[in-house]
Amino acid sequence: MTATGLAASFWNLANPTRFLALSGRVLPWLAGLAALVTAAGLYMAFFTAPPDYQQGDTVRIMFVHVPSAWLALFLYAMMSLSALGTLVWRHPLADVSQKAAAPIGAAFTLLCLITGALWGKPMWGTYWVWDARLTSVFVLFLIYCGILALWRSIDDPGRAARAVAILTLVGFVNIPIVKFSVDWWNTLHQPASVFRLDGPAIHPTILVPLLVMAVGLSLVAIALHLSGMRTEILNRRVRTLTILQADHPSEGGI
Amino acid sequence: MTHAGFVLASYAAAALIVGALVVRAVLSAKSAKARLAALEARGVRRRSAP
Repeated sequence: MTATGLAASFWNLANPTRFLALSGRVLPWLAGLAALVTAAGLYMAFFTAPPDYQQGDTVRIMFVHVPSAWLALFLYAMMSLSALGTLVWRHPLADVSQKAAAPIGAAFTLLCLITGALWGKPMWGTYWVWDARLTSVFVLFLIYCGILALWRSIDDPGRAARAVAILTLVGFVNIPIVKFSVDWWNTLHQPASVFRLDGPAIHPTILVPLLVMAVGLSLVAIALHLSGMRTEILNRRVRTLTILQADHPSEGGI
Repeated sequence: MTHAGFVLASYAAAALIVGALVVRAVLSAKSAKARLAALEARGVRRRSAP
């Protein structure tokens, strides 16, 4: 497909009715695939991955902790891209994408914090330290909460989307801080083990289950995001019809 | 299994949080469809609706 063709497809999808039809066909398959890959990942996490030679079985916490951390960052990056879509390109589905991604991102950030604390206690001897990585992920969670609160505090979806888009883009400054905090500061949290210039530092027997879980949970997140976008489009239609009904109560709308 | 309590608690938290996201998605989709259908049944239509 040419660049012009791709751009045309992108803008064709901007039509919410067309998006609903296409996503309605894709969603059941995506949800099924997400469940299948996640089940395979869970099987590998518990039955094929060996205990780590130093950490023992606590390494199995990594199979949910690390994908949650990746998804917390990935969903924020997607929200930022959608925020640009709202402010710069005024893409009709950008607001909807922003709103649908926020609760999913917040949930995976919370899961990352909880599993990190549960991994920290047996390995570091403490659930929590205010080191740069842990603190910056906690700040990311607070930003997600702020974004969710802002969505709820403005009634008009268009105005809310523009305000949230600005907050999202300002909050994006925290994303490189989360990623590079372990390199910039002396942290109790270990440095990156998978995405390194010299290749992953994890043995394949543990790396493969980790990657399968990461793909599975990413598919879950994408399916949830698609479903959230569909629901948000329907909610906006409900809002429009409710306003029409209020304006023309005797006619039953226009 | 060493530190089984910490490992199981992590997976329980994951099941709870991901499960809550899935239940929320299903219920909110159902509710939006029902509210839209109720409005349309009352004859309220968007200008652009077919």
